This record gives sequence, C-alpha cells and structure tokens, in this order.
Amino acid sequence: MTNVEKLNNIFIEVFGATVEQLGDNYCKENVADWDSVHQLGIISGMEETFDLMLDPEDIMACTSYNAAKDILAKNGVEI
Amino acid sequence: MELLLKDKVCIVTGAGRGIGRTIAETFASEGAIVYAIDILADDLLWVDNISQTNLLIRKVIVDICDFELVKSTLMSIKRDCGHIDVLVNNAGLISYELMSFIDFDKLKKMFNVNVISLIYLMQLCSRIMSRQHSGSIINMASMVGVKGAKGQLGYSATKGAVVSATLSAAKELANDHIRVNAIAPGMVGTRRFKNVLEEKFADKINDIPFGRLAEPQEIANTCLFLASDLSSYITGQIIGVDGGIVL
Repeated sequence: MTNVEKLNNIFIEVFGATVEQLGDNYCKENVADWDSVHQLGIISGMEETFDLMLDPEDIMACTSYNAAKDILAKNGVEI
Repeated sequence: MELLLKDKVCIVTGAGRGIGRTIAETFASEGAIVYAIDILADDLLWVDNISQTNLLIRKVIVDICDFELVKSTLMSIKRDCGHIDVLVNNAGLISYELMSFIDFDKLKKMFNVNVISLIYLMQLCSRIMSRQHSGSIINMASMVGVKGAKGQLGYSATKGAVVSATLSAAKELANDHIRVNAIAPGMVGTRRFKNVLEEKFADKINDIPFGRLAEPQEIANTCLFLASDLSSYITGQIIGVDGGIVL
C-alpha cells in the first residue's frame, strides 16, 4: 500500500469519504463534518500510521487533505 | 495476587530522588515497566543497582523543558513498548519566599517546570493514550496549591495551576477513557523538605493532626492506586494526602 493510499484510508475512516472526493477541494470549508474532533482523528491516524508525533502548529494547520499531505512531507514521509 | 501494574508502561518524571524515586520503585515492584526520568544523571544512579533485581526500571536523563527531547523520548518509548499506560508528572521546583522577595526569573523557571512542561507531557502522552482508549495521568499538586500558604505565593500559584490543568484535562480526556487526577501532599518527609523543615516550618508540625510528616511511600501508595485499575472509575479528583493538615 502506498503512503497516499494509507492517508486516504485515514480520511475514509474518519470522514466516511470516498477516494474520488479526496482532492484539492476536500477541506474544512467544504466538508460539513470537519470539526476539531474530526481534525484530531486525522492527526491521530497520521501519527499512528506513519509513526509520527506532530507539533501543535501542524495539528492546527491540518485543515485540508492537501495540508495533510504537506504535513506528512514536511515530517519526512514520501507522499 | 495479581500485580497491580503488570506490564503497564509507566513514565515518572522527577524520579531521581524523594517522592519520584519512591513512586518509580513502587510501580516496578507491582510489575510495571518504569521509565524513570530526571534531569540529573547522578540522581538516577540508583537505577543501575535496580538492574540487578527483577524490577524493570529504565533511566532516562532528560530536561523536561526541552520539548524536542521530550517528544523524541516519548516516541522512542512508544516504539519500544507499543503503548504508554501511566504518566506521573512528579518533577517540580519549589521555593520559599515572601511575596516581596519573589525572583521573577526563578518564578518563570518554576512555572516552566511545574506547569508548562507538565501540560506538554500531558498533551503528548494523551495523544498516544487516546489511540489506546485507556491511560492514567497523575499530576503532583500540593495542599498549598489548594489552600495557599504564607511565604509560598510563587510555588502555590504553580500548584494551583496544576490543580486546574488536572480538572480541565480530566474533562477533555474522559471520552477517550483517559483518567486524570492529582495528588496534593501536605508536608512530606523527603530529605529536601527535612533540610528546610527546622529552619522554616518547625512550628508547622503542630498543624498536622497526625503529628508527623508524610512518608514518601504514603504518597507513592496513593499514586499506585490512581495508576492501577483499582481506581478505574476515578477521574478529575485532587486527592489530599496530608494527615489532616491545617494550613
């Protein structure tokens, strides 16, 4: 499984999203369920899956699918 | 009888001596894998002798104010053990002075160790514990943080912050089944306290109905209770261990 597929699975599990939905427009503004609890769910999934412990600024910045990819790249995950 | 902390991974800060060391030893004797954290390597030399026994205590020399080091330490523990079950935030600085004599550099340092680092450790450990849907966090408060004390404004303010941080964290983490409690000791007969006792608090011993100081083991026993499943339905509590002291 690629790292993108692993990230997709986290979004699918947390938001019930489909792979087709996951793209540039999948963000806090466009996803009705996106609240702080779901955001922490994404963070928790990323930390567990990729063996990370993210900084508070990354946690706050994780407000879209693309931002999640950027955060993973910033933390050394090939994405 | 089953050991109370069998195979639980427990982190104890300020484990070099006094109450922290007693907590670490008590936890290990109940089957825990203990990570004893302290800033001073010399204070953790006692762990080397423990390694000749069956007790599982691993020493970690870390300044808990160094956030990067704290983070990498916790990640390393998580990688090695797969889980973190108990965090005891015991490390702390103490000072005794009247309000007019407060040294603000010292006060800021005390807040950094007693409060800011404690919150950071709770933040990181709770993220690991939330994925397990279990965990116990125990913060070392103090009766002076609950009731105040003349000549200890700075210290009592840090411990008051520990009390409120404990109460808020307990509410925030309850849904993840992470319990957060604090212990508020009165006067404890550690070597450090006995050194200042005669100078500053000789008359205060009369304010303790039990007529004696607490033993570090009595604090550790309370900590053991809060760490174990014996307290599985207890969270958001500040437990006084004070012999009925009147401050």
